[in-house]
Amino acid sequence: MRSYNFAFIDENAKREIRRKILKAVAVPGYQVPFGSRELPIARGWGTGGLQLTFALIGPEDVLKVIDQGCDGSVNAVNLRNLVVKTTGVRTTYETGEASIIQTRHRIPEEPLGAEQILVLQVPFPDALRAVEASESRTREMHSEMDYHSMWVYLYEDIVRWGEVTIGFRYPVLVNGRYIMDPSPIPRWDVPRLNMAENLFLFGAGREKRIYAVPPHTAVTPLEFQDHPFRVEDFGGQACCRCGSTDTFLNEMVDTATDRKIFFCSDTAFCDRRLEVGKKGETRCP
Amino acid sequence: MSLSGYDTSGACKGCVSAGIPDTVTGSRDETVLEVRNFSKIYGPSCPSCLESTGPRHNTSVCPKCGSTVACAGVSLTIHRGEILGLVGESGSGKSTLVRCLYFDDEASGGEAYLAGYGDGRANILTAGAQQKRHIRNHLMGMVYQNPHLGLKMYFTCGGNIAEKLLAAGFCHVGRIREKAGELLRRTEIPPERLDDLPAKFSGGMQQRVQIAKALANDPPLLLLDEVTTGLDVSVQARVLDLIRSLQRELQSAVVVVSHDLGVIRLLAGRTAVMKNGRVVEAGLTDQILEDPQHPYTQLLVSSQL
Repeated sequence: MRSYNFAFIDENAKREIRRKILKAVAVPGYQVPFGSRELPIARGWGTGGLQLTFALIGPEDVLKVIDQGCDGSVNAVNLRNLVVKTTGVRTTYETGEASIIQTRHRIPEEPLGAEQILVLQVPFPDALRAVEASESRTREMHSEMDYHSMWVYLYEDIVRWGEVTIGFRYPVLVNGRYIMDPSPIPRWDVPRLNMAENLFLFGAGREKRIYAVPPHTAVTPLEFQDHPFRVEDFGGQACCRCGSTDTFLNEMVDTATDRKIFFCSDTAFCDRRLEVGKKGETRCP
Repeated sequence: MSLSGYDTSGACKGCVSAGIPDTVTGSRDETVLEVRNFSKIYGPSCPSCLESTGPRHNTSVCPKCGSTVACAGVSLTIHRGEILGLVGESGSGKSTLVRCLYFDDEASGGEAYLAGYGDGRANILTAGAQQKRHIRNHLMGMVYQNPHLGLKMYFTCGGNIAEKLLAAGFCHVGRIREKAGELLRRTEIPPERLDDLPAKFSGGMQQRVQIAKALANDPPLLLLDEVTTGLDVSVQARVLDLIRSLQRELQSAVVVVSHDLGVIRLLAGRTAVMKNGRVVEAGLTDQILEDPQHPYTQLLVSSQL
């Protein structure tokens, strides 16, 4: 693939993105605007994450790409193929082996280490968009830490439904300063952002924003004293493949028996458990 | 539960000082708000703006540059527990003054000092945006003529009141609801309507929700901009009664803007009459209404029904 530059985008673009990454790391949770480049995939299909990966990756890196926890879904496979074709780097399904993990909508179950970077693809970078449509207003609100309309939104939710009904994109406060959209990860993954060993980078290609949660940064979900944040509850269900009860589970209907079955969303983690002899009790289709 | 945020033992009850508006009366600790030489000009403004507008010329529009001098040289002092009336015709600058004091609009010049901010010695008009928000949320309450300006119609009544409480750092849904319910009780709204949308309320009820919201943080200063103008007479009377009784109880300083002398007579101990952006007369309300000095005030009083 000599017809392309290493990692597809040109070196000046990479340089800009790296500078923006440094700024994002320096101001945790702050959305840094960047010049999002054209890529051979459509905006909104992971271009933000992809540009971060392209800017970061070197020949020695080992890449893992997942989509909703799965290494084998179409989106993950295509993004992985593009990176491999333009860089020739080694890829892996093993979370522990990868130096860069690009992901959509999940954080791997296996805790990440200090040498690893998690790159998240972000569709809507601003958590305040739910309460304020104007970009210039939300920027002002962020700069002045004027977050009470977000709190009213949560209050109204509790009044109407008895609890906060946000299932994914749960707003978090980063380093006691910025409210951040953690990208559409389930609530299950939100606590993983707090005081982590690894760097989290968030890229929104369509919205042209980069933001970051550096290692050992406090990330707290917004919660009221009498309505604490809580993660999903699967009612004691276990993964039908590996029997796990402490992972984020996907729900599916087994068309043969018309019964609900559950399985790990993080397929690599599930496979690892199978390798060491763990087994589920229900039948998997 | 006391809604008043501060000690009222030394309060100057119904304090009425007949001082002319550009002198500071009373001791500093009793003064809640002091406005000095306030001005607001819309447009490019030129050096001759101030001398070629005003009641003498019967215009607020500068003939040279076309700027509108909404307020100029306005000085006022309001003490704790006092209601100050601002009266004047449409376009006389009374709402502009109040809106600038609440930072809805930016002042062009002058100073304003508020007890509770920077020891009453820091000009709030030049404070930073974050500080202005703090002042709005902690030290002031505002009731607009149009409830749509003061309330978010797609939030519940409780959510609207909660907005102020959350801004002041409340972080407990139960306590917020307790306080909001208490405020609704005080403003004579059935507490079971706490979770209804204000859009479903009558005009008088919306106005009372606005008052409840404005009072949520026990503000030392309450700004009322034509609160009863859109309401029918019987509802007007009840809202005015409510304001008067709450004010007596809480000992807040209140600025009442109205073009209705009846409202002013009922509420305000002291009144400033505005015309073309200037204060033309100020003093005890009774004095002004019984013995108006300025020709415009005479006209205003004589045209009362």
